Amino acid sequence: MYLDFTNVLVFFIVGLVFVILNVSVLSRILRPSIPHEEKETTYECGEPAIGSSWIRFDIRFYTVALIFLIFDVEVAFLYPWAGVFKRSLDEIKEAKAMGLELTATQASIGSFLFFEMLIFVLILVVGFVYVWAKGDLQWIKTMTGQEDQQKN
Amino acid sequence: MGILITLLVAVAVAVALLQVVPLLVYGERKISAWIQDRDGPNRVHLTIKGVPIMPKGLMQPLADAIKLMFKEDMVPTKADRFLFMLAPVIAVVPNAAAFCVIPFGDNWVIASMGLDVNLQVSNANAGILVTLALSSLAVYALAFGGWAANSKFPLMGGLRATAQIISYEIALGLALISVLLTAGTLDLQEIVHQQAHNFTDWNMFKQPLAFFILLVAAFAENNRLPFDLPEAESELVGGYHTEYSGLKFSMFFMGEYLAMVSMSGVIVTLFMGGWSLPGIIDPGSLSFFHGPATVLCFVVKMAAVLFFYIWVRWTLPRFRYDQLMNIGWKKLIPLALLNIGVTALVLAS
Amino acid sequence: MADLKATGLTSKGKIPTEPFGDRAISFEPEPGLGEGRMILNFGPQHPATHGTLRLSLELEGEIIVSAKPDIGFLHTGFEKLGENRNYNQFITVTDRMNYMSAMSNNVGFALAVEELLEIEVPPRAQAIRLIMAELSRISDHILCVGLQGMDLGAFSVMLWSFIQREKLYDVFELTSGGRLTTSYTRVGGLAYDLPDGIIPRIKAFLAKVPEIIDEVEYMLSHNRIFIDRTQGIGVLTKENAISYGVTGPMARAAGVDHDLRRDRPYMGYQNYDFDVPVKTEGDAYARYEVRVQEMRESLKILDQALDNLPSGPVNCLGGKVRLPGKDEVYTKMESLIHHFILSMPGHGLETPKGEIYHATESPNGELGWFLVGDGTSIPYRARVRPPSFYNYSAIRTMIEGKPLADIVSVLGSLNVIAGELDR
Repeated sequence: MYLDFTNVLVFFIVGLVFVILNVSVLSRILRPSIPHEEKETTYECGEPAIGSSWIRFDIRFYTVALIFLIFDVEVAFLYPWAGVFKRSLDEIKEAKAMGLELTATQASIGSFLFFEMLIFVLILVVGFVYVWAKGDLQWIKTMTGQEDQQKN
Repeated sequence: MGILITLLVAVAVAVALLQVVPLLVYGERKISAWIQDRDGPNRVHLTIKGVPIMPKGLMQPLADAIKLMFKEDMVPTKADRFLFMLAPVIAVVPNAAAFCVIPFGDNWVIASMGLDVNLQVSNANAGILVTLALSSLAVYALAFGGWAANSKFPLMGGLRATAQIISYEIALGLALISVLLTAGTLDLQEIVHQQAHNFTDWNMFKQPLAFFILLVAAFAENNRLPFDLPEAESELVGGYHTEYSGLKFSMFFMGEYLAMVSMSGVIVTLFMGGWSLPGIIDPGSLSFFHGPATVLCFVVKMAAVLFFYIWVRWTLPRFRYDQLMNIGWKKLIPLALLNIGVTALVLAS
Repeated sequence: MADLKATGLTSKGKIPTEPFGDRAISFEPEPGLGEGRMILNFGPQHPATHGTLRLSLELEGEIIVSAKPDIGFLHTGFEKLGENRNYNQFITVTDRMNYMSAMSNNVGFALAVEELLEIEVPPRAQAIRLIMAELSRISDHILCVGLQGMDLGAFSVMLWSFIQREKLYDVFELTSGGRLTTSYTRVGGLAYDLPDGIIPRIKAFLAKVPEIIDEVEYMLSHNRIFIDRTQGIGVLTKENAISYGVTGPMARAAGVDHDLRRDRPYMGYQNYDFDVPVKTEGDAYARYEVRVQEMRESLKILDQALDNLPSGPVNCLGGKVRLPGKDEVYTKMESLIHHFILSMPGHGLETPKGEIYHATESPNGELGWFLVGDGTSIPYRARVRPPSFYNYSAIRTMIEGKPLADIVSVLGSLNVIAGELDR
């Protein structure tokens, strides 16, 4: 099984080497290089750029990144759940079909698994709803923000 | 012996992926030309001593590649040189590696040599997670590329790309979960086997909402119209790759198409029965032709998905940024959550 | 490298230290910049600025705090040329002023000069001019609608409409010999009569136009993304439209019910039956709709005009403004003298002293010509009121406070012709 992941890693590394060779070595051999100050300026529709572009950008990008982080973790936890959910249901069904005695927990495993995950998701949904209600998902609000928020 | 075969398969996949990109570019240009009543590329061809080897136009991607190789590669003086170099590298590799876990054919039994070839680079048991993880790595390419150039249009493109991709990744992940719920496994080969017996078993019919959400999110993940805001040539000129030239630019280009290929592989595997074709190509056959047939079937299905990508691109206009975020966060994610809930309820009852 | 040195360029060229010259002052970054605001040059080299425009934008995130339009990149000195060319020569300049609907400009200028000279052209010439003006309206609108789609990413629509415009240009080529720069009119008439067999050809083209309009509408009018990108975007209020002097489809989309063809008829527009589409929303979508409907109205006018095309001469021979035909020059003394007077340097048209303003409804709006005649064949002053200039000047009110992406939607709907804007 570990070998399987190693395959991916090897594939990844070989690809990395290929691309680096391409970009640095091959391109260095083939391409011409006639540097010129004007060529190396940044593009801004043919006008010299005013000021740096490394500015403090919108705080909402961070907000989105934060919500993403939370949700992505949630999604990552949902995967194993999704993997075992049906299987455990099937096992119970099989057991029932074979006429085995079931404990109370086993008999209600379906609803148990469902509500367990529901609670987990709901906690995160609360955060999601909070962000939504606060207007952080409303992208255009910098200038006309106050009005827009009231409208929505 | 086993390792050797795996290596051979890996090499074959790598070579195939590299060939797919120029073909896809050619296909895109021809299909868009067909949609727009044009001819498309119809000049560059290969003739050796008067004997035509390649028909007219088919050599266009090669000509483009050679042109890009010989282009001067400029780095803006104000740029962060290291990140500027790094971004195109990241753009290609994860997108190609994401294809590793996708089963592009059934076990190929070559009886005469006593071989049983697994047509999949890596049969990792949580394959789909690997794909997701790798494809989200690609966002670094856009973020770094956009930021490193120290130019305003790329910066905006990079920021847009980052926020867009991470937003739609959640929708994508959630849509996948409801499919995995019905499948009850994370093993991609097994998911294909489940769909192999009946057309109605295909997940695109069992989980139409998840299919739709995944399709939309896939377009956004791959920066294709109507979600190509990070590039948006009429607004941001080229977005994050505005400042790139030569081979570095072509790496971004390649990465984008590879991402499409990998994503269409995921779609085909999860929703459209993968390499199987109910009634015609059934799993488990021991015939020598079974392996190639499954691969062919997989490629045809992928081509259909890729055609859809191209078709949509040349038909629809693009969204505005806030509209895009609204769709992602306020429509797709709640819908996907709801879909999971309903699926789980139906399964549990 | 040796070659580079010979040309005086070194491998490390120098960037001018003061790139803007005087203009640098007006675009100096304001305090607080870099804290989250940045100045972005949108144009002149930008795919969304059809032609060369520049907008100096101050952005906060993606929101435009202020936009400073900067024009003059395509300044060609057309008006100054007018003071050095005689009236007929200036017609070739009018083509270049608006390359999207050259015929319309030709007609407008010829009409203005004729009003200065107080002559009237024969009915056939009038009808042909009207047909050409309406055809050029279709050629302008069909492409503008396509380009509006293209700016928003719907590339195919633009190419579909482009194909139809090329077919229309075939018609122009057959009539005038030029596709883009037609120079078809002359003071007192037309350069040539219509060629044989052109009427069926025009009709065949016109039969195709509704199809392509339907196709464009099918792709855009019912497209949710297109509607989201245009409805409520770039709103121009009726008051602003009037105070900025905005005319044409833009003004009509904003609720200004004004069309010179109907309100101040020229070229016999009063004899045709057509409607003037008016919308009240004033957004990019309304402009798109007005253009689409105007094309349908133009089709109506063209159908009537083509069916009732009068016969007769296309040049007015009284008033000694048009060159007489060669057969007359070779046979009649008076015509010979007339010919020489018109073509000899120092002679030519005799204009009365005085000034005139004549406006026509060009595809983009009111195209006015202010001509000052001083008795010679060369105008003392030839001033043009280009619709694009006034339409473009209103852009600030439409995009400030809006996200960057709206600029392309608005610019696409303005149909700015840079040649006309900068003159």
